[in-house]
Amino acid sequence: MLLTVHAHEVYCYTGGKAFDPTLPVIVLLHGAQNDHSVWALQSRALAHRGHAVLAPDLPGHGRSGGAALTTVEAMAAWVIAVLDAAGAGRAMLVGHSMGSLIALEAAHLAPQRVSGLALLGATFPMEVSDALLDAARTEPDAAIDMVAAWSHASWLPGPSTAGPGTSVTNTARRLMQRMAARGAPELFMTDFAACNAYANGEIAAASITCPTLFVQGRKDMMTPPRSAKLLTGAIKHARVVGVDAGHAMMSEAPEAVLDAMLSFARYSQMSA
Amino acid sequence: MSAPRPPGFDTLSLHAGSAPDPATGARATPIHFTSSFAFRDSDHGAALFNMEQAGHVYSRISNPTNAVLEERIAALEGGVAGIATASGQAALHLGLSTLAGAGDHIVASRALYGGSHNLLAYTLRRFGVETTFVDPRDLDAWRAAIRPTTRLLFGETLGNPGLDVLDIPAIAQLAHAHDLPLMVDATFTTPYLQRPFDLGADLLFHSATKFLCGHGTAIGGLLVDGGTFDWQAAHERSSRFATLCEPYDGFHGMVFSEESTVGAFALRARREGLRDFGAAMSPHNAFAILQGIETLGLRMERHVDNTRRVVAFLAAQPMVASVSYPELDSHPDRLLARRILPKGCGAVFTFELKGDRAAGRRFADGLQVFSHLANVGDAKSLVIHPASTTHFRVPAAQLAASGVSEGTLRLSVGLEDPDDLIDDLKRGLKLAAKGA
Repeated sequence: MLLTVHAHEVYCYTGGKAFDPTLPVIVLLHGAQNDHSVWALQSRALAHRGHAVLAPDLPGHGRSGGAALTTVEAMAAWVIAVLDAAGAGRAMLVGHSMGSLIALEAAHLAPQRVSGLALLGATFPMEVSDALLDAARTEPDAAIDMVAAWSHASWLPGPSTAGPGTSVTNTARRLMQRMAARGAPELFMTDFAACNAYANGEIAAASITCPTLFVQGRKDMMTPPRSAKLLTGAIKHARVVGVDAGHAMMSEAPEAVLDAMLSFARYSQMSA
Repeated sequence: MSAPRPPGFDTLSLHAGSAPDPATGARATPIHFTSSFAFRDSDHGAALFNMEQAGHVYSRISNPTNAVLEERIAALEGGVAGIATASGQAALHLGLSTLAGAGDHIVASRALYGGSHNLLAYTLRRFGVETTFVDPRDLDAWRAAIRPTTRLLFGETLGNPGLDVLDIPAIAQLAHAHDLPLMVDATFTTPYLQRPFDLGADLLFHSATKFLCGHGTAIGGLLVDGGTFDWQAAHERSSRFATLCEPYDGFHGMVFSEESTVGAFALRARREGLRDFGAAMSPHNAFAILQGIETLGLRMERHVDNTRRVVAFLAAQPMVASVSYPELDSHPDRLLARRILPKGCGAVFTFELKGDRAAGRRFADGLQVFSHLANVGDAKSLVIHPASTTHFRVPAAQLAASGVSEGTLRLSVGLEDPDDLIDDLKRGLKLAAKGA
């Protein structure tokens, strides 16, 4: 589905079904240098289980136009504008990695629009190492390889969790390369800088009253579960679910992540 | 904090895609000899059919043993997904038919395995897909052959019969400039000698029967999607690739490029081509090929070492008119080979014996270690004399037109002791010379 937000085209994957804003809306927000396809094994299932799914490509990523936004706050405001453009009222926001910061900030910015908050691979502050920032600036291909390595529970690929014959690690690597080729200039650097600079996480978390879920990869090297204590401590009513995966949990543990999201969606709707 | 170092070739050859069986602890990959897989419940079945969840339904479309092999080749090649097929020919057909249909066009190297040439020149033409064959070394010919209806460029990493080295970087650049992907047959090189995706190719396939299996047992093919080609961008610019970028009635209006940004090709190939054409690999064969791949690096190193010994021997023999191997100074692609095949140019090559058709027959029939048969890539050394076997009805003049002479012999050098191979070849040359 194509929307227009701030005069730019926005691509939203809707899970293989026409978007119906009268159904419970779930927005899936990808992380740095990624696009909607990281949600492949959750979005389609959610759409065929009674949800209206919006998995947008962020500005400057994948098929969405415009320049990449430079702050998490701007991305959060953009998410609310996407809801407006789609004719959606309230929505459950689900974000992964950088997307989790966007979802958190959007829930702080417009709590009346957010029925639930699911934060996957979340941490605060989301500091990006100097080595990675340098690589993103000077050697983007090397930065992609570093992130591909750190994002998975093991560099040695085991039986594919993302579908028969699929290489999870190579798919992640190629997707980041595609974003670099197709997306806005210096995309990785822009995304990393936005994560690094986001300072409002603690304040935003303290303001969250809607049902909240953390999904953490037990083998996550990018955002280890222990690094999320500031957020989980601030949102005391949140549920925390651990899955047997690294940072790329949607492809490494797709069923566990989906089950956590479906269960949380039911709980959020009952709480509404 | 430094990033984990990616595993090396031999480690991936042994481990990628596999793990001890969670149910039994079996360390070897089990052969899942079953046609179908039970659903946990109806919802699970519906989710699998609708591609909401990953899993196996029916072994024509996917099977856990095959999936290990598919992921292993994807890991070794640097691709996003592999698909196991009943044969190398089936892999080629699956690759071509996923992109091209009636009214479409392919540009292919003319230096192809005979079976590939037949599929393109005759069989696919019957279904409305036309192919223009070009000299693989002539970039202008590749460029001139491209039409608005062209859907891909195709060649062999090492061409038949003269081992033309495909200039993958140059041809890929040309293809991409025209919004087209490059597909290569990487059978002769294997990922040990060359990784075509690193050089710019987008799709590749193997006759896994050859070096990957390595023991002359199982027939099988592997198609690999590099995940490098941007189908959607090419579609937006050229209207090509509707099979990947527009709704597919055969799967409830699915748009494959929306489902997977980098794996759309593999998705469609499995969900349409394997499903409907049905050329799936048996899990028994997948197991045999997995066993072969476990030692691929070790074997290829020995294959190449032995081949260099044999090539050097033959090149010095008075009965031998010429040897076609890209590492020789006499080969037109020697410089390109040094650049893109630094670890070696494989273990299959041709040479020209002086004398008539009968001399070639005496040579082939006289060998005792080399087996005279129509295959390559076995652990055992193989020989074929086309003029007295596959082309025995073809007159000399017509043979020449197909790049084969009455004295052409093809060797596939195996893993035997190289001195025994050379003694065997001496025996054959002596017999060939006797009637001269």
